[in-house]
Amino acid sequence: MYAFDYHRPATVRQAAGLLAKKEDAKLLAGGQTLLPTMKQRLAAPPHLIDLSRVDDLKGIAVKGRSLVIGAMSTHYEVTTSAIVGEAIPGLAALAGLIGDPAVRHKGTIGGSVANNDPSADYPAALLAMGATVITNKRKIPADEYFQGLFTTALEDGEIITKVSFPIPGKFGYAKFRHPASRYALVGVAVAKRGSDIRVTVTGAGADGVFRWAAAEAALKARFAVKSLDGLEHGPEGINGDIHGSPEYRGHLIGVMAKRAVASALGK
Amino acid sequence: MSVAQIGQSVRRTEDQRFVTGKGRYVDDIGRPGQAHAFFLRSPHAHARIRRIDLHEAQHAPGVVAVLTGDDLAADKIGGLICGWMIHSKDGSPMKAGPHPALAQGKVRYVGDHVAVVIAETLAEAKDAAEKIVVDYEVLPAAVDPAKTQAKGAAQVHDEAPNNTVFNWHLGDKAATDAAFAKASHVTTIDLVNNRLVANAMEPRAAVGDYDSGTDNFTLYTTSQNPHVARLVLSAFIGIAPENKLRVIAPDVGGGFGSKIFIYAEETVCVWAAKKVGRPVKWVAERTEEFLASAHGRDHVTKAELATDAAGKILGLRVHTKANLGAYLSTFSSSVPTYLYAPLLSGQYDIPAIYAEVDGVYTNTAPVDAYRGAGRPEATFVVERLMEVTARQIGMDPAAFRQRNFVRSFPHQTPVIMCYDIGDYNASLKKALELADYKGLGRRKRESARKGLLRGLGFSAYIEACGIAPSAAVGSLGAGVGLWESAEVRVNPVGTVEILTGSHAHGQGHETTFAQLVSARLGIPMEQVSIIHGDTDKVQMGMGTYGSRSGAVGMSAIVKALDKVEAKAKKVAAYCLEASESDIEFKDGRFTVKGTDKGLSFGEVALQAYVAHKFDGQELEPGLKEGAFYDPKNFTFPSGVHIAEVEIDPETGVTRVDRWTAVDDFGVLINPLIVEGQVHGGIAQGIGQAMMEGAVYDQSGQLVTASYMDYRMPRAEDFPLYQIATTSTPCPSNPLGIKGCGEAGAIASPPALINAITDALGHEDIAMPATPQAVWKAAQKTVHKLAAE
Amino acid sequence: MTTVNLTVNGKPVAAKIDPRTLLVQFLRENLRLTGTHVGCDTSQCGACVVHVDGHAIKACTTLAASCDGASVTTIEGLAHNGELHPMQEAFREHHGLQCGFCTPGMIMTAVDLVQRKGNHLEEHTIREELDGNICRCTGYHNIVKAIAAGAEAMAGQVSAQAAE
Repeated sequence: MYAFDYHRPATVRQAAGLLAKKEDAKLLAGGQTLLPTMKQRLAAPPHLIDLSRVDDLKGIAVKGRSLVIGAMSTHYEVTTSAIVGEAIPGLAALAGLIGDPAVRHKGTIGGSVANNDPSADYPAALLAMGATVITNKRKIPADEYFQGLFTTALEDGEIITKVSFPIPGKFGYAKFRHPASRYALVGVAVAKRGSDIRVTVTGAGADGVFRWAAAEAALKARFAVKSLDGLEHGPEGINGDIHGSPEYRGHLIGVMAKRAVASALGK
Repeated sequence: MSVAQIGQSVRRTEDQRFVTGKGRYVDDIGRPGQAHAFFLRSPHAHARIRRIDLHEAQHAPGVVAVLTGDDLAADKIGGLICGWMIHSKDGSPMKAGPHPALAQGKVRYVGDHVAVVIAETLAEAKDAAEKIVVDYEVLPAAVDPAKTQAKGAAQVHDEAPNNTVFNWHLGDKAATDAAFAKASHVTTIDLVNNRLVANAMEPRAAVGDYDSGTDNFTLYTTSQNPHVARLVLSAFIGIAPENKLRVIAPDVGGGFGSKIFIYAEETVCVWAAKKVGRPVKWVAERTEEFLASAHGRDHVTKAELATDAAGKILGLRVHTKANLGAYLSTFSSSVPTYLYAPLLSGQYDIPAIYAEVDGVYTNTAPVDAYRGAGRPEATFVVERLMEVTARQIGMDPAAFRQRNFVRSFPHQTPVIMCYDIGDYNASLKKALELADYKGLGRRKRESARKGLLRGLGFSAYIEACGIAPSAAVGSLGAGVGLWESAEVRVNPVGTVEILTGSHAHGQGHETTFAQLVSARLGIPMEQVSIIHGDTDKVQMGMGTYGSRSGAVGMSAIVKALDKVEAKAKKVAAYCLEASESDIEFKDGRFTVKGTDKGLSFGEVALQAYVAHKFDGQELEPGLKEGAFYDPKNFTFPSGVHIAEVEIDPETGVTRVDRWTAVDDFGVLINPLIVEGQVHGGIAQGIGQAMMEGAVYDQSGQLVTASYMDYRMPRAEDFPLYQIATTSTPCPSNPLGIKGCGEAGAIASPPALINAITDALGHEDIAMPATPQAVWKAAQKTVHKLAAE
Repeated sequence: MTTVNLTVNGKPVAAKIDPRTLLVQFLRENLRLTGTHVGCDTSQCGACVVHVDGHAIKACTTLAASCDGASVTTIEGLAHNGELHPMQEAFREHHGLQCGFCTPGMIMTAVDLVQRKGNHLEEHTIREELDGNICRCTGYHNIVKAIAAGAEAMAGQVSAQAAE
């Protein structure tokens, strides 16, 4: 790790002030991705702003017809939250599939969403449910937020404070873990809100999380596992590594989509 | 604690420190004033070093020294060695290039050692290493062992034309060819034995220390054999004479072979300690373990089995290309030769065997022994051939094996080994029962109803361990003898210290060895201490590998205990005023035959040291004996493992549903510890078969250089194993024991691949059978089923 | 440099540290609590697991500075008055360790698991929950058995210990 100055603000306002003042400063949420990256000397922020003591970034609540999760909520908090379990049980289950138990005690939804790792789980959920990323400056719809590998709509000085999920009628997520890293080799999220159906894919896209239109169309006809029979994604636009070629990942998208629908239907 | 018995599952005494965080590993050692070393490693698989500019690094904050291969050469520090000479079939000695601890003019694999930075802190050493400017002329790299001998391939060492270190053979070619000529069936298979990384959970580490007052060096290192390290560092590399070099291997966190070898890093640390006048510490990061610890396996093999119309084996023929990497590691040349081909007879009576092995250089990390070392590769060849042949000739795989088992002992194979004892059918029968082989059809139908493919596979393995008779290995090219030493020091109050040349890095010697001594001397286990891993305390010893600590290490202790008992009887005879021949020793008491006169072991020990009751001229005071034990033969553990898997053809996910292992390890000292060894070996074998693989890309970059890409076995991957034993006591050592440390890793890969291919209904899959590979292979199965 | 005040194994600790100091470095190098190990660079092996404010975390992926004010329990803090914690005892009794290197992290993970999922653990639950802990020696067989037994034994513990 390269040397850096450490800052630990108590409020979002203080954090934003530090972010504006300190050149090339980086925010530290749970640190489960940033710290390993820094250990490998692949990132060298001169300033690290630790958000762990910013109380107004915490908390999980249902507000109107949305579930609102504070950015510094850990995966453990989300997966065990009775509120999440009641409102969107599939989201609680998804959080329980991230990393391992120790990582879930530290890693946060805000950190995951800000990093937008193409193999992370949360982006699939946000995009499927049409969530809104709320920052200290504005509200960004998920459709506009995710912009490719490790790229988001966040601007300099912007801090994610909450993520707001409109509560869907049905939501399910199925993950095929990368055999080595345990990230998603392929993760598929399926959400149904009224007649609006979205199928999103993480882990596989050469350009990060994406919607699978063909599956959405098939499910619009009838929201059932059978509707996806014979539907294959194919290798186009899909990335590959030694554990999953584009062909294999493309195939798994179809399989995981069916399992996500089954999960959404409580099967 | 009380007096222990042989065959008792005594709980491990070393666990107290490990479960409380009080283990003492090399990284836990801090020497006053120590500096930290960081190695600048080659980013290229093959390159000429035109120039190294150290100037900026040398003046970076906290830097103590920056050293290169030129500094080693100036100090006349020799290169790393390979201690086993192999001769090619034309009689010529193997062709080895030099192996400097820090590169001299050329780098030959990604991770090769270019320079070392020694600084006040590790962070400063790393910062400074980034300031070293190396001008590389990047050269084409030879990466694929199957292609490295081809014309036009990049040359790794000038000394080895066509990258061929040796072209070695074993067996009778003419007889084997003749056997094939009269065969009614010939099975031919192409196999890859995938390259693995040992991945002991404790990364390698070294602390070098130098005392200018006494001119003594001390090296703390993660070694399985500290005495061999000292021998090599002294006699060959030239760090210091043996009497001036102390090597300490404290608690070592797993080895699996990878910590046998003498590496660049510890060589540099102990040398640099004198050079910079400070203790020098280096601890590998996991990625360095991947890049620069010796890898294992990596064979490409074509194998054939000839059978007659009755299903009897007539002959076996094998050609293997063994990847040795960019340099010959300490015992690398022995692994694909004498630890491999002599096991090609398996458990079977095979009249003719011929094996040819090309040892080849590539621009990859050195390859050397990894748990099983050669024997898993041989077992994979034999047991894949057996299963495939049975399928091809339409015989039940168990029955085909039974028809060909060796049934009388001793049995001389056509490939060196003379099997001393065994009962292969006993293990098979027991395994078939435990695995409910009869119920397989029902279980297959149940799986099929769920859309899953179920398969069962056998592996009837044999291995040769308890390594090894010195004269025998010497005649085959070993540079060392493979005996073991022990010293038994009885203290005046009857407590005992055992100094052993064996080294424990997870095997539980402190318990098993103490158990043996306790049972033999009739004293409580807590009165016995096991001392190992320090060349200043323990006499020369050969260390732990090749499942030798029981059969060889404990036999040395037995031999020393025999001498202690003999001496103690003399002392007792004087004290009890009886004839020595009338003294009996039983349950910790020396008694005069036919009387109630006697002395406890402790009382005799005290008498030995006070020496009041006998003339010190006739009988020396004291009670301490040493022994060197050289085994008469290898030991031959054998057994049958049965794997049963269930495959989801939709995803290729293979679930290991059942695992049955029946092993014959002869006499067991501590069954609990033996079972633990079997569990761990099976998991590593399953890891090899369906998860692990070190992968280089075409340019020679290691793709799997961390746990993000190298798939380690996890708890979720396994069922509870069903373990049982049979026993034919080994006649070659006084305890009747065979080695158990490697058996699981040797047996399991073919069992698993045989199960997967049974489920798939075809043989077209290689290790590791990852979900992706199985999914691909299952497409063929699904099409076949659809067509039927 | 930055200042941290924390409680480690029940004792208050204060230090001035380089901000880039990881919790595992702080424990091992500053406090010489060398029972917490480093086995990988990518937060996967779990040899470094300790408890911070009652939850298992990976000390190799946590800044010591972030733990200011926190209560940290390491493997050295598990035994009380020379009595092994039931989970330590279970690992010993069931031969749940060989080389011992992964063991501290395994035990800390196991204790956390029991605190989250209770004293009666199914085999598959234990295996799933060990996703972030790698052992190379045991094939996990006896670790799984040890954790199941240790979890049961922890039910009999006095509450004072459970509150650590």
